[in-house]
Amino acid sequence: MKSGDGEKLKSTDYRPAPFSVEQVKADFPILDQKVNRHQLVYLDNAASTQKPRSVINALLEYYRHSNSNIHRGMHTLAERATQAYEGTRSHVAQFVGGVLDEEVIFTSGTTEAINLVAATWGEVNISEGDEIVITEMEHHANLVPWVMLAKSKSAVLKRIPITICGHLDLSNIDEIITKKTKLVAVSHMSNVLGTINPVKEIVARAHAVGAVALVDGAQAAPHMAINVRDLGADFYTFSAHKMLGPTGVGVLIGRKEMLEEMPPYKMGGEMIREVRFDRVTWNDLPHKFEAGTPNIADVVAFDAALTYLDEIGMDKVRLHEMQLTDYAMKKLTELPSIEIQGPQEPDQRGGAISFTDRDVHPHDIATFLDSKGIAVRAGHHCAQPLMRVLGKVATARASLYIYNDESDVDRLVEALVEMRRYFGV
Amino acid sequence: MNDQLDDMYREIILDHYRSPRGKQPVDKADISSEGMNPACGDEIDMQVEIDEESVKKISVNCRGCAISVASGSMLAEMVKGKSLEEVARLAEVVRKMLKGEGDEIPEEFGDLDALKGVRNFPVRVKCALLSWITLLDGLTRYKKGEGLRSSAISTEDK
Repeated sequence: MKSGDGEKLKSTDYRPAPFSVEQVKADFPILDQKVNRHQLVYLDNAASTQKPRSVINALLEYYRHSNSNIHRGMHTLAERATQAYEGTRSHVAQFVGGVLDEEVIFTSGTTEAINLVAATWGEVNISEGDEIVITEMEHHANLVPWVMLAKSKSAVLKRIPITICGHLDLSNIDEIITKKTKLVAVSHMSNVLGTINPVKEIVARAHAVGAVALVDGAQAAPHMAINVRDLGADFYTFSAHKMLGPTGVGVLIGRKEMLEEMPPYKMGGEMIREVRFDRVTWNDLPHKFEAGTPNIADVVAFDAALTYLDEIGMDKVRLHEMQLTDYAMKKLTELPSIEIQGPQEPDQRGGAISFTDRDVHPHDIATFLDSKGIAVRAGHHCAQPLMRVLGKVATARASLYIYNDESDVDRLVEALVEMRRYFGV
Repeated sequence: MNDQLDDMYREIILDHYRSPRGKQPVDKADISSEGMNPACGDEIDMQVEIDEESVKKISVNCRGCAISVASGSMLAEMVKGKSLEEVARLAEVVRKMLKGEGDEIPEEFGDLDALKGVRNFPVRVKCALLSWITLLDGLTRYKKGEGLRSSAISTEDK
């Protein structure tokens, strides 16, 4: 099915999941356990997702049969490891809608990917008086590097505000993104509000004034079909562990001509072509940005995660989450003490649902839910400036993925009702 | 776990949470102290009125989770009328108990025993500690003749 079909979903529609969630659930061994004497309900997917058996097996398989350092090794295992590592790179290049393999840089995560851009592209291209534009809903990963860069370069950090409904307020976009703007860094999907931002439009505006656009896709790439070329983003970043893959792997997609211009990020082995005591030349892309021995095993196993998502189909992943988010929002809205942050429309948001209770603090909510075997997150979700804008010190957040279904949402809602009885509020 | 949960959210804790004590303002704030845990969002304002080196009145305003509110409320109830020396000793006893460094609670402060359940939830210890550390900090600054600190004290640091 095309993603367009899913976008027509009205909040009154509810259709069966586009794939067997029960079968998917069975592929995740960790879900088959009791936590605090209750069957585990894992709703902390915006923080990190669980791993299917195929990913766990790929890690084992790699260490059992292929483990070796990659590139330059003149033996069979080194060749096997190199092929597997580079195979994931090609897979990622296809997964994001088709980019060149050398436009895919492996990092330790989204945070490092954005830091890389700030430290290399930013270092060279941002000067005094230049403007960097971010939004009020950025995760600290797409905020702190720009705050610090602006500070060190005496550049100006500007922000796109949010509306009370949790959308970006683009009404004054032409006054925010101006001729002085050198970079626009925007989240594709908010980790707090769930908002899916109109990044294509924002990137177009950035390009119209000659600025570069970075899109933080950490919350989007796991949940919807991505086409980096179509979005027009110059840089696109995401993390493997939020999309069924291992921890310690992130991706930076960059336009080739820009990556070629940029200075390297870390210095050492693999990123060089020729080294003398007095001068060094850099290796070709993508190796210029992958100094030292990378996280080979986890990159190799990430391939299995991408295969798992391919087999379901990202449009179906999106449709399922849209339907389940709609169901969850409706159920939660029936509880009068619960306030949900972010857009109400299921086609304009993902499955990260932040909420507060009128009387119970988010940390007490999380502790209580944990006692019922339900894993959610509570706190500021690495978005303190956004929390201030929302006027909240913290929220609880339930975030959905492919192995969640209505029964998980029902357990959450029942527990929230019981919680209020427990605290006597 | 439910036993552990009940052990943390004991009835006495929930009672203090629902109706916190010590909300009345003091007439004269000899000590003003602020505590804040930015990661949690818990905030506390504390004022102490001192008469002959004893706590004449204490005002505790805490915005946060059940544990931090209840702990602050118990504090307000317990330190009133105590000498500054006793208060400092008590705060130290609570700190040690929550950190798992000691178990002894003076008999007259038996209610503090209710805070022991928090130790099973390591991430929540800082919530219970906040009001006590805020008080200790205020006392120390008072003794040294220092005014309000420039930024609120926190229990989130290691």
